[in-house]
Amino acid sequence: MNIIVIGLSHKTATVEIRERVAFSPNLIEQPLHELISLDDIIEGVIISTCNRVEIYATTRDIAGGIARVKRFLADHHHIPLETLEPHLYCYHSEAAIRHVFRVASSLDSMVVGEPQILGQIKTSYGYAAEYKSSGIILNRFLHKAFSVAKRVRTETRIASSAVSVAFAAVELAKKILGDLTDKTVMLIGAGEMCELAAKHFLNSGAKGVMVSNRTFERAERLAADFSGEAIRFEELFAHLHRADIVLSSTGAPHIIIGPTDVEEVIKRRRFKPMFFIDIAVPRDIDQKVDDVESAYLFTVDDLQEIVQANMAQRSLEAEKAEEIIDQEIGQFFKWLSSLEVTPTIVALRNRFDDIRRTELEKTCSGWKDLSPDAEKRLEALTTAIMNKLLHAPTTALKRAGQGGRVDLYVDALRQLFELESTLEVNEDLDLEED
Amino acid sequence: MTHFFFSLTLGLYGCATAAYLACLLRTSPLLTIWASRLLSAGFIAHILSTVHLASKAHHLPLTNMQESLSFFSLLIIGAFLIFERRYKVTTLGSFVTPVALVMLSVASALHGEIRQLHPILQSYWFWIHALLAFISYAAFTIAFGVSVIYLIQRHFLKTKHFGALFQKLPPLETLDEISYRCFAVGFPLLTVAIISGAIWSEKAMGSYWVWDPKQTWSLITWFIYAALLHGRLTIGWRGKRAAMLSIIGFVVLLITFFGMKHSISW
Repeated sequence: MNIIVIGLSHKTATVEIRERVAFSPNLIEQPLHELISLDDIIEGVIISTCNRVEIYATTRDIAGGIARVKRFLADHHHIPLETLEPHLYCYHSEAAIRHVFRVASSLDSMVVGEPQILGQIKTSYGYAAEYKSSGIILNRFLHKAFSVAKRVRTETRIASSAVSVAFAAVELAKKILGDLTDKTVMLIGAGEMCELAAKHFLNSGAKGVMVSNRTFERAERLAADFSGEAIRFEELFAHLHRADIVLSSTGAPHIIIGPTDVEEVIKRRRFKPMFFIDIAVPRDIDQKVDDVESAYLFTVDDLQEIVQANMAQRSLEAEKAEEIIDQEIGQFFKWLSSLEVTPTIVALRNRFDDIRRTELEKTCSGWKDLSPDAEKRLEALTTAIMNKLLHAPTTALKRAGQGGRVDLYVDALRQLFELESTLEVNEDLDLEED
Repeated sequence: MTHFFFSLTLGLYGCATAAYLACLLRTSPLLTIWASRLLSAGFIAHILSTVHLASKAHHLPLTNMQESLSFFSLLIIGAFLIFERRYKVTTLGSFVTPVALVMLSVASALHGEIRQLHPILQSYWFWIHALLAFISYAAFTIAFGVSVIYLIQRHFLKTKHFGALFQKLPPLETLDEISYRCFAVGFPLLTVAIISGAIWSEKAMGSYWVWDPKQTWSLITWFIYAALLHGRLTIGWRGKRAAMLSIIGFVVLLITFFGMKHSISW
């Protein structure tokens, strides 16, 4: 049994192509059924996110299976296969396993280490499990992928660092203020990056937002978006002490907040720390504010530096992650291979035994004065021969099953002895539990 | 038996300290867990060693420098384990366990024997005084470790230097909270310890306060921590100033503990 992966991602296709082949989650049942009713496709899972569309399937016939899934992808979306084909990548066996482990661990993402992809795969797999298009192999495969992703997450620092300026601001704030749940954010002025940062802060649990702007109506509008509080610009300093986090990006040509203002505010706060981010050019907050006790000022450049450092860090961590994946592939591939061993051995035995019985019966029925005792001996003799003959190949096969290079033997035996074996999966064969 | 548990403790603390220091360099959840396990195991061995010693001597093992150092480090580790559980501050261990390890190593190098208890120590006031003093010392030691980390972390933030160590150290506010809790526990205990010490002094020598170096330096320690706590409660002293004062307080505390002899000797 082989695992195949056919798909396209931000690395191989533009967004125009990606959106044409995307599957809508509400309508996923039908394509899943179509997928597994293809010839030679046994199990199937469809992953569809804005950055990638991938189909995971199991098949006996790698080349045929891949061709049929490609055709299915093209036909389902009414795109000529010739248009689609250059964007598609296909993997099978070990490469397929590696690919999926890497995707789940966010090593193949546009922003390496971003955490969403794992959730998206889990959701997609959820549909496949619900509509029963995934079976014993893909179930185990994806659960393995989830556990690998978790290992990568906990054992490397691939996801622990922020790689966007807004997110870096949140991380930095946590390093000063600790838990953000009871913290208040003050937005001064309006700007895309400020709003984005404010959103990140709210997502990280910040309690409330105050918005101040020269045009009070704008402040009110923005405050409504965040269900926050609008502050008149003239009253800024009457409210500043309530803010733990200050994000400033006004278009003012001069400094708005100076060190003496902050000293006052900090005293009112009884030296509880304040976190300032100045995104404006020219700057809104005097650099000397950073010298005030308990005030911490950061500019966009500081944040940008963090992001750069984190990016470099991530690529280092990604190498560690690849090592983890290497280890895990070996284990999973062993399990996958071992699935084939037992049914093949059983089929081989049955085949030999059938021949032995037929031949024995032929001989015995033409043998007139055969005593029951002699018949028993014949029976024992033929069984012994058969067992001796089978001993070596069975042992070799079992050993190959442990070593992971079993598909070669299994295929050879099937063809040499014309074996028909259906895959019976015995969960006890599991090499290890997650 | 005491010796066996003592050596076991020393070995386990050694391994735990190495693990905690390694935590500064490497990120591994497994390492963090094992550091904590080793330390907990060492702590249990330490308790057993202390209990065994106490049952042999029929009193708390606080009567000579070896016993005192061992007891001091026991309380430090105990306090750290509590904070580690509550605040998940593994990196604090990298700063606190070496202190305890050094104390215990010094203790093991010292000559200690159980002697007949000097009559002067046969007073409840002495035991109350000594026990409370040590608990407060342990709290101040943790506060010291936290303050050092605070200053390092603050330095990183002010100089915009965001390296790997910066990522690992706990948030400033968490550090601040831990040190505040240490003062809130340590200071009242130190106060009661000094008072009970004075009462003991009166019972033993007929005078509450003799201005010997130990008493004088204890009072200096008390004033430093009193100033710290007062500043915090009235105008909200935090951060750098509080951290510096806490470090000074700890240095004075060490001088009091190691350097100053009682005029009463036994």
